[in-house]
Amino acid sequence: MSMMFAPRLTEAAAPTTHAAPTWSPYDNNGGTCVAIAGEDYCVIAADTRMSTGFSILTRNYSKIHQITDKSVLASSGFQADIRALQKNLDARHQIYQHQHSKQMSCPAMAQLLSNTLYYKRFFPYYAFNVLGGLDSEGKGCVYTYDAVGSYERSGYSSQGTGMQLIMPVLDNQLKSASPLVLPLRQSTTPLSEVEAVDLVKDTFASAAERDIYTGDGVEIVIVNRDGIRHELMDLKRD
Amino acid sequence: MFRNQYDTDVTTWSPAGRLHQVEYAMEAVKQGSAAIGLRSKTYVVLATVNKASSELSAHQKKLFKIDNHIGIAMAGLTADGRVLSRYMRSECINHHFVFESPLPVGRLVVQVADKAQVCTQRSWKRPYGVGLLVAGLDEAGPHLYYNCPSGNYAEYHAFAIGSRSQAAKTYLERKFETFMECTKEELIRHALFAVKESLQEEELSSGNCGVAVVGIDEPFVVLDPKTLQAYIEALDSGKDEMQTIEETGADDRQSSQVPQEGTGSRGISVGASEDTPTDMET
Repeated sequence: MSMMFAPRLTEAAAPTTHAAPTWSPYDNNGGTCVAIAGEDYCVIAADTRMSTGFSILTRNYSKIHQITDKSVLASSGFQADIRALQKNLDARHQIYQHQHSKQMSCPAMAQLLSNTLYYKRFFPYYAFNVLGGLDSEGKGCVYTYDAVGSYERSGYSSQGTGMQLIMPVLDNQLKSASPLVLPLRQSTTPLSEVEAVDLVKDTFASAAERDIYTGDGVEIVIVNRDGIRHELMDLKRD
Repeated sequence: MFRNQYDTDVTTWSPAGRLHQVEYAMEAVKQGSAAIGLRSKTYVVLATVNKASSELSAHQKKLFKIDNHIGIAMAGLTADGRVLSRYMRSECINHHFVFESPLPVGRLVVQVADKAQVCTQRSWKRPYGVGLLVAGLDEAGPHLYYNCPSGNYAEYHAFAIGSRSQAAKTYLERKFETFMECTKEELIRHALFAVKESLQEEELSSGNCGVAVVGIDEPFVVLDPKTLQAYIEALDSGKDEMQTIEETGADDRQSSQVPQEGTGSRGISVGASEDTPTDMET
């Protein structure tokens, strides 16, 4: 049995030529997502441009999907995969509600999303996700993912084509001095809800300047104890 | 007389052209505690009699939400009912995933009926021992169906199944023509009166009955005990209604002594002389 996995020592390894692929199952529809967690709120935002290559498909597409009363998913990447992922999570959440007579908490949904993504480890969902919402104690939470389900809870995050433009700005404005500094800092930002929304608007306006795939508009969703609120802001359309 | 020879397998016909095992399964439904359904132009209401097997235990769950627009009440082997409700939920979720629209009730009911029929034609299976009252909404409006262990199903304005259901059925037969124009509150009142008939001597309370409602623009919901108790207390305010029932109640009690007739049995009662549910079925 071990011989099957041992490299052949007799033949010289012939380099195989891989032909350039004529077709890819994936496409990148661009866009950026951001989420910021506060003491008792969470702001989730994404631009509304959907593109392919250098063309715009629509200026008015939502990348944000509300899964439960307290969890909101924002995803950039391949929107067909993202739509399928959203439907998958919705179906799983319905089953959970039938079995438990209650909704999933945001941390539970975070784990479910991770497992769902890893399930397709060898043909991944081309989705770069940010999950935001309120945890079981009512505090804001943000979970950020890679395409195959590696995730982490943090106070803020961004994903997508504008990520590299936005993340340093968020780090500058929101990052705590050091995890070693006492007293222990929260994983949520001390910013108020209004300040956080303003910060999000500024970061998108900045990203839209230099990232060609980000623009047209930004959809902002705010989750707090009173429920879920939506805001829309225009961005540069060039 | 012949039935003892031909009732061992579900796949054996009797000389009279009957499948006795299927009829015995329907008998299991009659032994379960009652379930009632009724509908109007805009709502469908389901009600159940909840019997706890002992004072120490909680009562069985007989009302299940299948989807936002469909729910069921069951009578008979509730374990079989749970399995069927899991199947129904799965079908609704899959349909919604593919078509992004709610599964029409009529289609779901046919699927359940076909599933039940399979069990009447396999030597290694047994029929489901549960009757389902399926309440649901589709584009045409509200519907109430009854799914039988035999694999048959039919649509109803109002129906009652389970033990002492004849009393409830008599009440429903008297009143059903008024149901179409009823409001939600009136429909629930009728349902509770029907449950009262099945309970007979026992006092109606949120502890021994359950009610669920589905309506146009109102997702299926099982009423919580507080809301239910409020409706029960409101019943007393309708004194005229109560008196009418008490007068005709005596007749109902007499008729319920007669062995019940199912869709297949022609007067043969198979151990149906007692009305109280056994431990297995609720």
